[in-house]
Amino acid sequence: MPAPKDGPLLDGAAGRLVRPYTVSGGRTRPAVALDLLTLVISTGSAPDGPLGPEHGQVLGLCPAPTPVAEIAGRMGLPATVTKILLADLVQCGAIRVRPPSRFRDPTDQLLLEAVLDGLRRQL
Amino acid sequence: MAYDDSSEPVSASAVDTAPAPAPRAPAPRPPEPGTAGERPAPTEPEVFPQALKVLVAGGFGAGKTTFVGAVSEIAPLSTEELLTQVGAGLDDLTGVEAKTSTTVAMDFGRITLDPRHVLYLFGTPGQERFWFLWDELCEGALGAVVLADTRRLEQSFSAVDFFEQRGIGFVVAVNEFDGSYRYDPEEVRAALGLDGRVPVILCDARIASSGIRTLVTLVQHLLTTVTSVGAAL
Repeated sequence: MPAPKDGPLLDGAAGRLVRPYTVSGGRTRPAVALDLLTLVISTGSAPDGPLGPEHGQVLGLCPAPTPVAEIAGRMGLPATVTKILLADLVQCGAIRVRPPSRFRDPTDQLLLEAVLDGLRRQL
Repeated sequence: MAYDDSSEPVSASAVDTAPAPAPRAPAPRPPEPGTAGERPAPTEPEVFPQALKVLVAGGFGAGKTTFVGAVSEIAPLSTEELLTQVGAGLDDLTGVEAKTSTTVAMDFGRITLDPRHVLYLFGTPGQERFWFLWDELCEGALGAVVLADTRRLEQSFSAVDFFEQRGIGFVVAVNEFDGSYRYDPEEVRAALGLDGRVPVILCDARIASSGIRTLVTLVQHLLTTVTSVGAAL
């Protein structure tokens, strides 16, 4: 069996090898409000401050705008824990975030038409 | 701590990705939906596309994972949520420890519509006891696809009720399983007690084009709702 590389500490059969909140240093709430669809991008500036290896892995996953849910899925970490790591990276200036658009404007026909055009191009 | 290094692999990879020259560019105002396209601004200042969301709901085994996987351009991911909401504020480590044993998974996929719009699909956890998670999922969603399995149609009732109550536009897609009796969409509509305007369509969740057509039907339905709202004003 090949030795696992730098992936998350997961084993399909054994389940999680590290308790999820160990990664977040025992914290259960992110310091910055993040949604599953908040987009995250690395700023390119090295984080100032001591961070764990998971922070580095997270940072490596967002060279382009990437939603929180995707980072959580790729890390194999629960969304809450991922948000705590991302909030750390926001606070040390290593990433920028953009909250998701709220679809609440019932007159936003242009947006729906853009979605429709985009979907039709997939066919 | 053994982990306190300056995280050199991180900075190396970050430098590779064309460093943004302006470290403190003034935060661009979020573009107005109608006017953003008219500015001749190159894509440089606005790196973030608009992230949009559609939910894929349905009972256990109705094909949510298959549907999301078929239409997604990335290998479908499973995003986990820990059920810690109840005890999170209490600083009671024993309690938190017990709570973290429960996780619930959401399937997650992506369709890049154009450089400025990306559609994300969330397969919602099927069990009703996890529906408090739907509150975050529903926030800002464009609409929803309710997948129905005609062998277990009753499992779609709760999803239909949920979206109706919250005023979230949805379509019902009857997933055609091998060996299941083929019902007419109108029979399914009657069985689910659906409003006549809610589209009911047949789909094969395994086939990407079938899934995309389902999403097209959803957005067309949302557009008719928009138009009728506009007409009523």
